[in-house]
Amino acid sequence: MSLQSLSSAPALVVDNLRKVYGNGVEALKGISLTVQPGDFFALLGPNGAGKSTLIGILSSLVNSTSGDAKVFGVSVNDDRSAAMRLIGLVPQEINFNQFEKPFDICVNEAGFYGIPRKEAARRAEKYLKELRLWDKAQMQARTLSGGMKRRLMIARAMMNEPKLLILDEPTAGVDIEIRRSMWQFVSAINAAGTTVILTTHYLEEAESLCRNIAIIDHGTIIENTSMKRLLATLDVETFVLDVITIPDELPNLPNVTLRRRDEHTLEAEMARSHDLNSLFAQLSTHGIMVTSMRNKTNRLEELFVRLVEGGRGAGRMSASNKSEIRA
Amino acid sequence: MSNTTANLVALNTLVRREIVRIMRIWTQTLIPPAITMTLYFVIFGKLIGSKIGPIQGHFSYMQYIVPGLVMMSIITNSYGNISSSFFGAKFSRAVEEMLVSPMPNWVILLGYVTGAVARGLVVGVLVLLIALFFTDLHVMHPLITFASVLLGATIFSLAGFVNAVYAKKFDDIALVPTFILTPLTYLGGVFYSVNMLAEPWQAISRANPILYMVNAFRFGVLGISDVHLGVAFAVMLGFAVGLSALALQLLKRGVGLRS
Repeated sequence: MSLQSLSSAPALVVDNLRKVYGNGVEALKGISLTVQPGDFFALLGPNGAGKSTLIGILSSLVNSTSGDAKVFGVSVNDDRSAAMRLIGLVPQEINFNQFEKPFDICVNEAGFYGIPRKEAARRAEKYLKELRLWDKAQMQARTLSGGMKRRLMIARAMMNEPKLLILDEPTAGVDIEIRRSMWQFVSAINAAGTTVILTTHYLEEAESLCRNIAIIDHGTIIENTSMKRLLATLDVETFVLDVITIPDELPNLPNVTLRRRDEHTLEAEMARSHDLNSLFAQLSTHGIMVTSMRNKTNRLEELFVRLVEGGRGAGRMSASNKSEIRA
Repeated sequence: MSNTTANLVALNTLVRREIVRIMRIWTQTLIPPAITMTLYFVIFGKLIGSKIGPIQGHFSYMQYIVPGLVMMSIITNSYGNISSSFFGAKFSRAVEEMLVSPMPNWVILLGYVTGAVARGLVVGVLVLLIALFFTDLHVMHPLITFASVLLGATIFSLAGFVNAVYAKKFDDIALVPTFILTPLTYLGGVFYSVNMLAEPWQAISRANPILYMVNAFRFGVLGISDVHLGVAFAVMLGFAVGLSALALQLLKRGVGLRS
């Protein structure tokens, strides 16, 4: 495939991909989706939804039953080697030899991609430094902390400088500071042109980082749209209000449902169209003074739960009941 | 970069990593076979062998068993190296580093086999050097000696690889050496000439592939063999080709590796 066609092709085209495991479980039921070059794409779904199977097929760790996936126009089925050269994978589980040194792990990984040792050593230094692991480069990997091991897997995935970086729950069990530094790094990589596909259970990460999203459940794509459009479908939000005092009887406010959490905290559920100034004014007239407020849950989390639960309640989701959820 | 160059870089990386691993744990990979074989030389060669008369004309029992013991150490170490290294990679999931890379299957197989053969050869040289403390040896046919060592090590590296592919737990890679490899080695003419056996044991022994490896190597070193050299090399080549095809097929199908 020429460089020109590589650059014009979508970063990923998944076409009617199906996977039935030997035990009869149908993990993917003929899913299709497209990821454009340069995108930061969220692939979300509950445990067992089929996300890891999809990533496994893309990275050739899982054999598909039917269908195909193309990475920048290169078929994973027909030209596995060429497709793999374009992908960097950060898996969910730690999967490096814990007795090797981070520097060697990175250099060897580059070698597997055919990158000569001198260039591999240069890249290993670059990415280990960028991920703040250079001072650990010559220690046995098993001595690294959990967060360091996760960052090492990102550094390793960058060794072939992939056009498509797939991150499968890279921040699971990682503290907030390290998580932020990881996202700074990945955002910079994305800004420099690398397409990123992310699966995560931290939905606030997906909301703040990703531009487009697919939600998968029971092996089917139940939503595939832009993050903005999806969030715009959220019609109700719940705020947690810290207040000075709460009257014994809660006031009855139009378009707002108030609930008492404790003697200094209220929950206010309201339509997104309802403006906050009028809420404060109404509360004020009832002698309730708000000292601070926050969202009860992340917006994407609210949508995610609705979509997944809605899909389960109604069986497989059709176009019509999708719009009901949005309404 | 061409695919050939990339594959050579990948192969070099894999072989280098395997050799670094062997050297990193040299107390487990190189020293134990040297100690075990020294004990064989002392007990079977010196103590018991001194009570046994010349074998096949003018060779002392010590001289007779040295080629067999060298070959035995080569094949057991080649087998053990690849089965533990590849299964270890499977167990720790580090094998995924290779599976998600563009490396073709033949590079993965050749890399691991080369590493295992290298360990077999290093151990073989060590054991041969130790043998020189106990007896005089003159290699009569260096090319045949080298070819038989290379083929023997390759065959058992491939067999170890197949074992590691199928293995689901560490016990599975210990079962084959314990219940198959060791008995076949002991019954493969390491300590005796199969011509000393009565029928049907002699005919049964000829179904043992290790017999051909030991005798080809013994011919290279001492110039004597219980089997025809052409047959020995044909059997070894047959096993090498058959096991290579099987290992590549397992990798292609992703048995035990890809779901």
